[in-house]
Amino acid sequence: MPVTDITKDLDNRTLTLTARFAAPAQRLWDLYADPRQIEQVWGPPTYPATFVQHELTPGSQTRYYMTSPEGEKFCGLWDITSTDEPHGFTFIDSFADADFQPVGEMPSTEATVCFTADGDETVMTWTSVYASAHDMQKVLDMGMEEGARQATNQIDDFLARHPAA
Amino acid sequence: MVETSEDRADGLFHALSDRTRRDILRRVLAGEHSVSTLAASYDMSFAAVQKHVAVLEKAGLITKRRKGREQLTSGDVAAVRSVAEMLDELETIWRGRIDRIDALLAHDNPPPTENEN
Repeated sequence: MPVTDITKDLDNRTLTLTARFAAPAQRLWDLYADPRQIEQVWGPPTYPATFVQHELTPGSQTRYYMTSPEGEKFCGLWDITSTDEPHGFTFIDSFADADFQPVGEMPSTEATVCFTADGDETVMTWTSVYASAHDMQKVLDMGMEEGARQATNQIDDFLARHPAA
Repeated sequence: MVETSEDRADGLFHALSDRTRRDILRRVLAGEHSVSTLAASYDMSFAAVQKHVAVLEKAGLITKRRKGREQLTSGDVAAVRSVAEMLDELETIWRGRIDRIDALLAHDNPPPTENEN
């Protein structure tokens, strides 16, 4: 399994993911820089992603949409804020209407992506800071159907330690 | 006013964003407490604790009932679970993405096939 760690910070609505890949950093960068490659990995098979505009350069705006099993389109924008090929990039991820106009006043997610070489391998660190629970819910709406839910979580642990009297 | 699932999520996260409220929730999940018992556990006024309880109640995380002069609160386990599930679902989406990246990278160096035509 390439995922080495996913940490969820409930207080700060932050998801930090660390994954190790058997490829050089430049290969990871190339994957994220190429709309045809990124759309193969971004959306779950039930919600395929289409990147209609995408370039990893500061100031550029990525436009993509995901299509639900019912054919409904969910549009998103990435405003690329910084790039450092092949070490990483940052962007603001927001939701858009069907004409790729931003929805809501607040940026949705601040994402920081780092590719760190480790021998022949690369460690990717992806940090997403969600501006509101609303945005988290929207992300889930876009990819809800994938996979089974994790069975255990902190609350389950708590309940196991403190069974109802 | 119609409360959407998103309004509900906002309320849940706001309620859980405070240390004292999380502590109150832990206590009332373990068993019913009166607001005055809870208030005695914290170095703050009864009114302040009551305010925290009200936020938790509004978010649907706890329920309150009256018994004589006491206000008794208990945790709503199902509501608490839904917040954790939201983060778990995001994690699941990410695990899928990582698997697909791994699969795509594996295509770069396909293992040699014995029966290549």
